[in-house]
Amino acid sequence: MASTVVISKGAPTRTVKYGSMSRDRIWALRWSYFFLALFAIFSLVPPLYMLITSLKSSAEISAATNPWWVFHPTLENYISLLTSNQFLRFFWNSAWVSIVVVTITMLISVPAAFALARMRFWGSATLATGVFLTYLIPDSLLFIPLFKMFAVVGDWTGIQLINRWYVLLLIYPTLTVPFCTWIMIGYFASIPKELDEAAIIDGASWFQTLTRIFIPVALPGLIAATIFAFTVSWAQFLYPLVFTTSTDQLVLPVGIITSLIKGDVFNWGQIMTGALLGAAPPLIIYAFLMDYYIAGLTAGATKG
Amino acid sequence: MADVTLRKVIKRYDEVEAVRGIDLDIADHEFVVLVGPSGCGKSTTLRMIAGLEDITDGDIMIGGDVVNDVPPKDRDIAMVFQNYALYPHMTVAENMSFGLRLKRFPKAEIKMRVDEAARMLDIAELIDRKPKQLSGGQRQRVAMGRAIVRHPKVFLFDEPLSNLDAKLRVQMRIEIKKVHQKVRTTTVYVTHDQVEAMTLADRVVVMNHGRIEQIGTPNDLYHNPATRFVAGFIGSPAMNFVPCRLEDVAGKLHIRLTDRIAFPLPPKRAARYQGVARNEKMLLGLRPEHIAEAKAHPQPGVEAFDTVLDVTEPMGMETLIYFTLEGAQICGRVNPNAGAHDGAPMRLAVDLNNMHLLNEVTGVVL
Repeated sequence: MASTVVISKGAPTRTVKYGSMSRDRIWALRWSYFFLALFAIFSLVPPLYMLITSLKSSAEISAATNPWWVFHPTLENYISLLTSNQFLRFFWNSAWVSIVVVTITMLISVPAAFALARMRFWGSATLATGVFLTYLIPDSLLFIPLFKMFAVVGDWTGIQLINRWYVLLLIYPTLTVPFCTWIMIGYFASIPKELDEAAIIDGASWFQTLTRIFIPVALPGLIAATIFAFTVSWAQFLYPLVFTTSTDQLVLPVGIITSLIKGDVFNWGQIMTGALLGAAPPLIIYAFLMDYYIAGLTAGATKG
Repeated sequence: MADVTLRKVIKRYDEVEAVRGIDLDIADHEFVVLVGPSGCGKSTTLRMIAGLEDITDGDIMIGGDVVNDVPPKDRDIAMVFQNYALYPHMTVAENMSFGLRLKRFPKAEIKMRVDEAARMLDIAELIDRKPKQLSGGQRQRVAMGRAIVRHPKVFLFDEPLSNLDAKLRVQMRIEIKKVHQKVRTTTVYVTHDQVEAMTLADRVVVMNHGRIEQIGTPNDLYHNPATRFVAGFIGSPAMNFVPCRLEDVAGKLHIRLTDRIAFPLPPKRAARYQGVARNEKMLLGLRPEHIAEAKAHPQPGVEAFDTVLDVTEPMGMETLIYFTLEGAQICGRVNPNAGAHDGAPMRLAVDLNNMHLLNEVTGVVL
């Protein structure tokens, strides 16, 4: 009897005994989990709905059953899309455009950011701000003048750019280069000045300082910029819609809409499947690069 | 190996003149320390020698060649920075060999030099680690190793120990001295810490407001400072300055501190100050160790007086005492057994054989 009294008295004092700091922490955690759950539901419901719908036949989609459940799962949407040359063409166009745009963007913005962040020259600060300002102009304002420009270029030189997928290789960098340059300026500016001075004294040229010191040290920033450039070019809708019209020139987002909506007939199952398949590459790239991204951040790589 | 010469070197940033015409000759193998308060131009001077800053006017010569327009990489120098500036993505070995790899040295030669430097600096077992896995002291060793493997003409150190804690700083100071004894490379070392300057240097260059105040060996600067700035900057606790005037009493030269206190000058000092105007405001400079408890049998030139202590600081091997004289706070060093304690009256003695007399206006030591 005596021993049980001791235990029942001792136990509560021990469980309550977490000072004010840990009590705060527990509440902070509860709130973070609450909002985390809220955001998770908010962002995961649409892809979930896409997945459910993509597994249904057209008949089941139009039937008046529970839209959140698949009664007769089928892969027919996946099979028909993945065996359709047209869809694979869209996919191929998208992939090709995105990869080339990311490459062009990085080749321009990394040296540009290095020059603007480190080589102090007349007007470099103004130019850096100007780079950012160009990004602030909404792209939906630019497509009409751009269209006109390419039409004029076509008239004068005979080089046909409208309705060719490679016109996008000229347009997308105007969206990605300013922002990526801006990100990289920030990352390069956070690298201590002594690091490039040490490299210069060690005998490195500007180019070697960039390739052997700055790029490896600012790798997290480089990955962030790559992800951004890829996302922009993969998901861009307005520009390809305006500049390309023939089905063999279309990229995935526009291709899905134009080929799977026939008049007022919406092929929902295939649209959802196409959207889901289209979302896969960025997802894979995120998953792959995020590890490096976070590893780079936590390494505190820029602190000498 | 080379000597370094600066001729009337000036550095101007827009309106501000950071370095105002410096002349300096650094001999081959010499270890020279530039010391001074922040903003005195010492780091700028070092960076101009490195080639990281352009010079506005004058000439810098390394090994007899004018290098004003030579880029840093062709000056054959190596530099150690305050924040180490190690390449974070490279291992210790890669950090140290970076310069040699850029110059396409043979691999065997690189390995030999890196191993040699790593052994010398006692970091051989850290060779495969990344900088973030190293402590501050180890990082500083790697930074030094990176300089050593290049076998440069000149080492430049820019406050290399400022980021380390006090104990490690003392240890690294000895380490730097040992390295210099082994490799004997001409070294220019910048610090704001006068103790570091005194302990490391063959010669110390004291700078203030972009000018050189005095150049000399550590002992030279300590015992024969040229100006009030040098006298006050070198030595810790700092030299005391007391307002005073010279006067002739019965044909002998006396120094008067207060209405009550006046001492006859020892013959050597009297001869030296014979030409100084009488009854003009001067400053008496006395180091704390020349103010001590009065002994029963005073030495010639050591004069006693009575005062009341304000504060005492027992340091173990000695006790620092503070008292006020003519509005100036004076520090002295007494034997811990001399009975000094806060607020106590005490009979002290000043050693006038080691006094300095300064012109109060110009600050020049007479």
